[in-house]
Amino acid sequence: MTKLTFLNARLVDPETDEIAVGGLVVEDGRITKRLPKDAPRLTSGRVIDCHLKYLAPGIVDLGVKVCEPGERHKESYRSAGLAAATGGITTMVTRPDTEPAIDSPETLEFVTRRANEVAPVNVLPMAALTKGREGREMTEIGFLMDAGAVAFTDCDRVVTDTKVFSRALTYARSLGALVVAHPQDPGLSKGAAATSGKFASLRGLPSVSPMAERMALDRDIALIEMTGARYHADQITCARALPALERAKANGLDVTAGTSIHHLTLNALDIADYRTFFKLKPPLRDEQDRLAVAEAVRSGLIDIISSMHTPQDEESKRLPFEEAASGAVALETLLPAAMRLYHAGLIQLPTIWRALSLNPAKRLGLDSGRLTIGSPADLVLFDPDAPFLMDRATLCSKSRNTPFDGARMQGKVLATYVAGTCVYERT
Amino acid sequence: MTFPHRHLLGIEALRPDEITTLLDLADQYVTLNRLPDKHADALVGLTQINMFFENSTRTQASFEIAGKRLGADVMNMAMQASSVKKGETLIDTALTLNAMHPDLLVVRHPHSGAVDLLAQKVNCAVLNAGDGRHEHPTQALLDALTIRRAKGRLHRLSVAICGDIAHSRVARSNILLLGKMENRLRLIGPPTLMPAGIAEFGVEVFDDMQEGLKDVDVVMMLRLQKERMDGGFIPSEREYYHRYGLDEDKLRSAKPDAIVMHPGPMNRGVEIDGTLADDINRSVIQDQVEMGVAVRMAAMDLLAQNLRLTRGAA
Repeated sequence: MTKLTFLNARLVDPETDEIAVGGLVVEDGRITKRLPKDAPRLTSGRVIDCHLKYLAPGIVDLGVKVCEPGERHKESYRSAGLAAATGGITTMVTRPDTEPAIDSPETLEFVTRRANEVAPVNVLPMAALTKGREGREMTEIGFLMDAGAVAFTDCDRVVTDTKVFSRALTYARSLGALVVAHPQDPGLSKGAAATSGKFASLRGLPSVSPMAERMALDRDIALIEMTGARYHADQITCARALPALERAKANGLDVTAGTSIHHLTLNALDIADYRTFFKLKPPLRDEQDRLAVAEAVRSGLIDIISSMHTPQDEESKRLPFEEAASGAVALETLLPAAMRLYHAGLIQLPTIWRALSLNPAKRLGLDSGRLTIGSPADLVLFDPDAPFLMDRATLCSKSRNTPFDGARMQGKVLATYVAGTCVYERT
Repeated sequence: MTFPHRHLLGIEALRPDEITTLLDLADQYVTLNRLPDKHADALVGLTQINMFFENSTRTQASFEIAGKRLGADVMNMAMQASSVKKGETLIDTALTLNAMHPDLLVVRHPHSGAVDLLAQKVNCAVLNAGDGRHEHPTQALLDALTIRRAKGRLHRLSVAICGDIAHSRVARSNILLLGKMENRLRLIGPPTLMPAGIAEFGVEVFDDMQEGLKDVDVVMMLRLQKERMDGGFIPSEREYYHRYGLDEDKLRSAKPDAIVMHPGPMNRGVEIDGTLADDINRSVIQDQVEMGVAVRMAAMDLLAQNLRLTRGAA
């Protein structure tokens, strides 16, 4: 039996919404005891004095893209796993938008095997909802669940045919499968590289109204009302989509929503002179939208914050803005970026962890993401105040397309534990 | 230094006094260009490469003549036909050319921001000859010079810009320039051809042509791209001409001495009445072409001066 004791920590507890000084006892990878402040130093096993730094549940990141199979040069399970451990992420929920898409039990098994061999953190794969993510025929949802798929999504490809989508939702419902969708009206958002408004017009960029997000969410909610499926919207990024989400939840539909850390901490003006590392999907919104979404996370209307980690190599980004690929890496910057919300006084730490750990774990039916006795000792020890200058050359990810390059940030991960085993320690 | 810029990428980066400096110099080149001997030596010894990733006849010719009159070695590259087809990226093309030590690079590209990107990778002066829907600074400058010479000033004028504002880099650069010089701007066009957030530009927006043209000093027409005519943005060519084509009748709303401008090439009978376009009392369209050469000479002269200064210092 291995025993590990954390003492003298500020415990960030998303369930009680409190921060308390105390300690934790971990035995055989699970939390077995909460210790009060000034608990006597135990003798058996390893003891870690946290020196009043913050100890929180490890982050459960819903929507990470690892580029296996197909584009291992952009990100492998090894590099993504290291990046996750460095960033305090203890569970990566991976996306199936690879090349080819993860849409069969065979591909899923390959991915799971690769992940278990080389990644130091937990990896839970999502699978495609339709074959080839083409929106025509549903995948083998049952077999894929047996093989370990925790959710089903076509990622940024919207299933436009409502007949296909409603059938997939109905079938998914019978198996209790979670469907993750990307609410974005494909017609309105076609070819868009930015959010419509003064900035996009001045820069001459093809743009899309945030209304495209609300329209697609409205459609999806109607289909959920019809089919009763379990539904999660991957990224809600604008104020206009929030009332629809609120109504759906009030009506008792099994609907949750997430947002990306970038949409919570950056806005369209950050694109400045066509900086392609800021090209995301959906595009960055204006400041009012950013604040509305942050408030929705605080109030709990938006349940989950994700990194939406999307590795892109230099060649895909060193292009004119319209031609450049979308997406940003974020495994290692998720926590410090989230600290911007805390330091700005927008959201308190336990609430941030509700969105980073507790809610995603709950939504996927995991017992991690909390500090409850009996739950896995997936933990992150961090200092929310430690300042640093972000240098993308230091990232573990194979792709280094972070919009925070050169940014002043606060919040460093000191150590990451997965089932009581230290997978990262700051030296 | 009265024109402290390494590149000319857009109007956005220019101050009003810098615009005036450039136009003053261009005025001198207008005089030169009307002499039998049109040669000056501002660019002697320098190499100018015109890189056009998008078709252009008049702009490219204008830059070529401007460079040659100032003594530069001018080379034209039609980029669609070359390495782009072979899959070379914009940055690689730029680095390849850069290794040949050009001094002035004139670039047109179909994507907004592409010229900015290219300018970051080369160590010569870059002139934007139009990038996507973003900017076309020399067009706005030649329009400004045309207005200044016709009206005697470039401030406190009421200027109407009509047509496809949404897809027009000419419109953007003109809105920026005329706004900086403190003019009143009125944008006229169907709402499908207006960019989003236009209300925040500090302009007045009209979808009725006659109302929009009321008492303006300058009427600037924009070209309507063929691919936008059929059903996508407007119902048809003839309905567009009926509602937004400039003719004598609609022009009566403007001031009696209002001038008519068009960046060319014109679609006669689509956005402008042919007779009106040729009316030497109203139309300054041919003057615009003349001013274009002078403005481009002035721009390249100023950038070359900076280039020689920085190289002298190094």
